[in-house]
Amino acid sequence: MSVAVSQIDEVKSTPWSGGRSPFNVEYGKMMMWFFLLSDAFTFSSLLISYGSLRFSMAAWPGADKVFQSVPGLIEHGAPLVFVGMMTFILIMSSVTMVLAVEAGHRNSKKEVVMWMIFTIIGGFMFLGCQALEWNHLHSEGFWWSAIPQSKEVLQEFFKSGIPYTDQVTSAHAFANLFFTITGFHGFHVFTGVIINIIITVNVLMGTYEKRGSYLMVEKVGLYWHFVDLVWVFVFTFFYLV
Amino acid sequence: MSSEIVDVHAEGEGHGEHETMTRKKIWNVFFVLLGITTVEFIIALYLVPKGIMPGHIANPVYIVLTLFKAFYIVAYFMHLKFEKMGLVLAIIVPILFIIGLILVLTNESHHWIDLRG
Repeated sequence: MSVAVSQIDEVKSTPWSGGRSPFNVEYGKMMMWFFLLSDAFTFSSLLISYGSLRFSMAAWPGADKVFQSVPGLIEHGAPLVFVGMMTFILIMSSVTMVLAVEAGHRNSKKEVVMWMIFTIIGGFMFLGCQALEWNHLHSEGFWWSAIPQSKEVLQEFFKSGIPYTDQVTSAHAFANLFFTITGFHGFHVFTGVIINIIITVNVLMGTYEKRGSYLMVEKVGLYWHFVDLVWVFVFTFFYLV
Repeated sequence: MSSEIVDVHAEGEGHGEHETMTRKKIWNVFFVLLGITTVEFIIALYLVPKGIMPGHIANPVYIVLTLFKAFYIVAYFMHLKFEKMGLVLAIIVPILFIIGLILVLTNESHHWIDLRG
């Protein structure tokens, strides 16, 4: 039986008896997980509205027709190549992030910094690519509430035989959804890169070395993987399905 | 009794469980993700345009492959596989509800075509 004075560090019998984390995980890490879950709901609602709008329409721009170029290099005839590069870059940056976390477990400060820097570079590369993609689409006439004016240009993005009015309606929906969803995702990538920079600075300053744990790297790693995960879904919904 | 100090931090970090994600395993998972993505591209750029795989088969295939990728990222990169079951379920079960909602609404939206003016 416990003594009269409450001992908060007394060993309790079950995970839920109090005095410890029932999930055996640090508070900040658990909170990050729950934040990511809430963010997953937000992105899911955006992607679900994309899916339901899209399949409720008779026509939809073909992704392999819209995304034909590698901005700055190839103007046409390279379907999905650029987005493939973007996906590869982001997955790579997720790998470098995990490697940073792994280095943190071995308390190897130099390696943590190296892998974090690679992750940050990957993040910036992805953002640059996304900006190029946006710019390219914008130059073709797409934007929030805007689609290419010319009928011929618009026809290129559809299978033959689709009525012009259907093309217009769906192209508008496509453009709005594309820029909103990739914009929201890009915003997450951007904040992720900023957070990664801040944490890298902290690592360099020896904050976590002093603390004795690189758990913070792990926590921002969770956020970064989430960003990658969302991209995997965005990529599937917009470019493949 | 009171002299037994439980170091909650050490438990929280669980150094033992983290050892399971070695560098070798990290690169393994990367190659799995790369492989799945490559298959998706082959389907999108070859099988579907050539008519070998019809669109209404390809779409569910994409979604299943994407769910596989999601599983690998969440389980290994985000380490969820190695956490306590309580946390795993707290994350996974709501996600299953989301997936349910995706299926229900995509199905529902097919009926909306008839409602459109």
